[in-house]
Amino acid sequence: MTGAVAARLSDGRLHLQHGPIDLLIEAFGAPGEVEGAYRQAVDRFGDILPTLVGELPLLRRPVGDAYPLLRGPVARRMAESVWPYRDIFITPMAAVAGAVADEVLQAMRAGRVLEKAYVNNGGDIAIHLAPGRSLRAGIFAQALDGAVELTHDRPVRGIATSGWRGRSFSLGIADSATVLATTAAAADAAATVIANAVDVDHPAIERRPARELDPDSDLIDRQVTVAVGTLPRPLVDKALAYGGAEARRLRLRGLIDSAAVSLQGGWRIEAAGTALAEMRIG
Amino acid sequence: MSDELALTDAEQKAGIIRCDACPVLCRIRPGRAGACDRYANEDGKLVRVDPLVLLAKPDLARVAFVEGSSNWAGELGKGEGAFVTGIGATTTYPDYKPAPFIVSSRHKGVDMVTVVTEGIFSYCGVKVKIDTDRYLGPEQATVRVKGEAVGHVTTAEYGSQMLSLGGVHHLTGGSKKEGVVTCDALLALCNREAVELAIDGGSTVVVQSGRPPVVNGQREERMRVGCGSAAIGMFAPQWKDHVDEVIVVDDHITGVLTEHQGGRFLDMKPAGIRVRGRKSTPGRYFQVAEPGLGWGGTNISDPLDIIEKIDAKQAWPGLRLLMVSTTGEQSGWFELDGNLKPKPKDMPEPVQRVVERIAENCEPALCTVLFMAGAGGSLRAGVTENPVRLTRSVRQTLTKVTLGGVPAYVWPGGGITLMVDVEGMPEKSFGYVPTPALVAPIEFTLRADDYAALGGYASRAVTLEDVLRGQRVRIDGDSK
Repeated sequence: MTGAVAARLSDGRLHLQHGPIDLLIEAFGAPGEVEGAYRQAVDRFGDILPTLVGELPLLRRPVGDAYPLLRGPVARRMAESVWPYRDIFITPMAAVAGAVADEVLQAMRAGRVLEKAYVNNGGDIAIHLAPGRSLRAGIFAQALDGAVELTHDRPVRGIATSGWRGRSFSLGIADSATVLATTAAAADAAATVIANAVDVDHPAIERRPARELDPDSDLIDRQVTVAVGTLPRPLVDKALAYGGAEARRLRLRGLIDSAAVSLQGGWRIEAAGTALAEMRIG
Repeated sequence: MSDELALTDAEQKAGIIRCDACPVLCRIRPGRAGACDRYANEDGKLVRVDPLVLLAKPDLARVAFVEGSSNWAGELGKGEGAFVTGIGATTTYPDYKPAPFIVSSRHKGVDMVTVVTEGIFSYCGVKVKIDTDRYLGPEQATVRVKGEAVGHVTTAEYGSQMLSLGGVHHLTGGSKKEGVVTCDALLALCNREAVELAIDGGSTVVVQSGRPPVVNGQREERMRVGCGSAAIGMFAPQWKDHVDEVIVVDDHITGVLTEHQGGRFLDMKPAGIRVRGRKSTPGRYFQVAEPGLGWGGTNISDPLDIIEKIDAKQAWPGLRLLMVSTTGEQSGWFELDGNLKPKPKDMPEPVQRVVERIAENCEPALCTVLFMAGAGGSLRAGVTENPVRLTRSVRQTLTKVTLGGVPAYVWPGGGITLMVDVEGMPEKSFGYVPTPALVAPIEFTLRADDYAALGGYASRAVTLEDVLRGQRVRIDGDSK
């Protein structure tokens, strides 16, 4: 068994890895503060995966009528983030990557003065911005290629992307659904839900029961997308429209700030005067 | 805990394995990876899949040796004779940190050092040789994958068409999409997967290293035996007693037996059958038709179409004519009637035998993919503090360069520009980074004293035994 690993990259960033958790971390500020923040991140990190694993059975169970009673701080972030979606099928695992990023970011900030910082957990990113500070985040999806400028005065502190090509299974066919929200965990859960909504039926779409691929999957017998062939344009538009509509519902419920979905060269942006709306499309 | 870890009989039967690399303890089905995408179940064995590490984190400084496939000539623990490949060694960018593995061993009593790394090649591509005479497209035509330009048609070699794919201009010089599609295509070709290429103004061809090409849906079986003229030269004596004329249809040079030196030498009587095209030397004709997918790489489906006229002064009724392509795949037997018109007849057995011999002499048509790249810039700095000395040492052949254990051809001139046949490399040798650029294993092997002399990180060298002890490795002695 290999334990948690910490390393400094040549450009100064901190890399933390343990099992499936892979964090790239960068903090900005006075050198002493940055080093202190990195130390705190490393200290906090070692315990995260073992604690999560201890509650895995419950974390893999769908949330329904009862709020899941979890102990670990990361697990509780996960539950909190998926709770708004309990009317559809979702498990806390939908927010695991974002929740880990949020937790480590919080550990770094404790007692430190940082200008800005981010914790990038495989594309699900938790962000800290001091007043007056901003951060540019690049978004690269097929046909959707740009950068968003995140500023302190807007309530975005989390970015997450979901899609069938990603590491986790998706019930939908989106190449990507990128969400900006108040936390990485919230963005993570919403990206999962929106990516699932980008869906149509077509023979070019291949699906398999999740457990046929991964015996441990929280999606059990649900059909997950394993291949998407070229779809007729009208069908692409239809699938994108479903994703766009879902994103709009979530935005109007206050669950997300904005979202961008992409599928086979097409894309939709759901935003209202926010960073994504101003994103340059390259 | 142990009960929890044990797999059920049904799971074991399904080939599921339990990964114990981290506390998640994933159960992994055959051919799939665990939650981390780092460990996978390959034929019931837990293996680390390394290119994915690079894929996710190209600038990873921490280095973990990965037990990806490697060409071990020896057995675990023995050391001598074993060779560590760069596959799965991971790398760092830039490379001014010492390479992931600097392995020392003794070979024939000489202390040898192999610097094992994986190179990130932004300057890289493949040269593809496609054994076919079918028309793939005009020289310089753009080769596309999913509509994106990934390379071009270069020239034809004997029995083969040559493509140049990838290269820095497509990888990073065009649009992002062009770069990504190019990188995907190169990765697939280098890992010996099939890729469909569409050539502007030409054909669609499916290319896979070590497999026959499929041109416009048609699988190529054989290379031609030679051009039409060469075929005449090879088989004229075997035809002489059974035919009055043989025309070997070929897109490059169509041969006409009685006009050809081969027929003259055998005192064959001129048959007076004139073919189209431009005469080169007697009995050898260029451009008898357009290039295409018909007879001998022309666009001809009825061979009589290439006959311009039949000279009544020379030809005679009953004249026996064989028309055959340069692969022997197409053939026809004709006799001239009273009006000197060719009429199809059943081919006599001795002639049939020579036609079959043409086919027999054609080698199987294959696609070959040579990876070509420049090991320039900072990669060398992972080997030595004085990079140019590595280049010189390679030049002087003091340092042997291999990719995944396969010796590379190093081009003369400046830099370390190398070429290697991907067919001999271990499975899944190549990876990529989002730059986009390919990641390939590369090993530099040289005498330990030479290594120290060129400013190598000799103090970083570890023994082969240490590598074998400290790292999970997969022994793959029988892999290609």
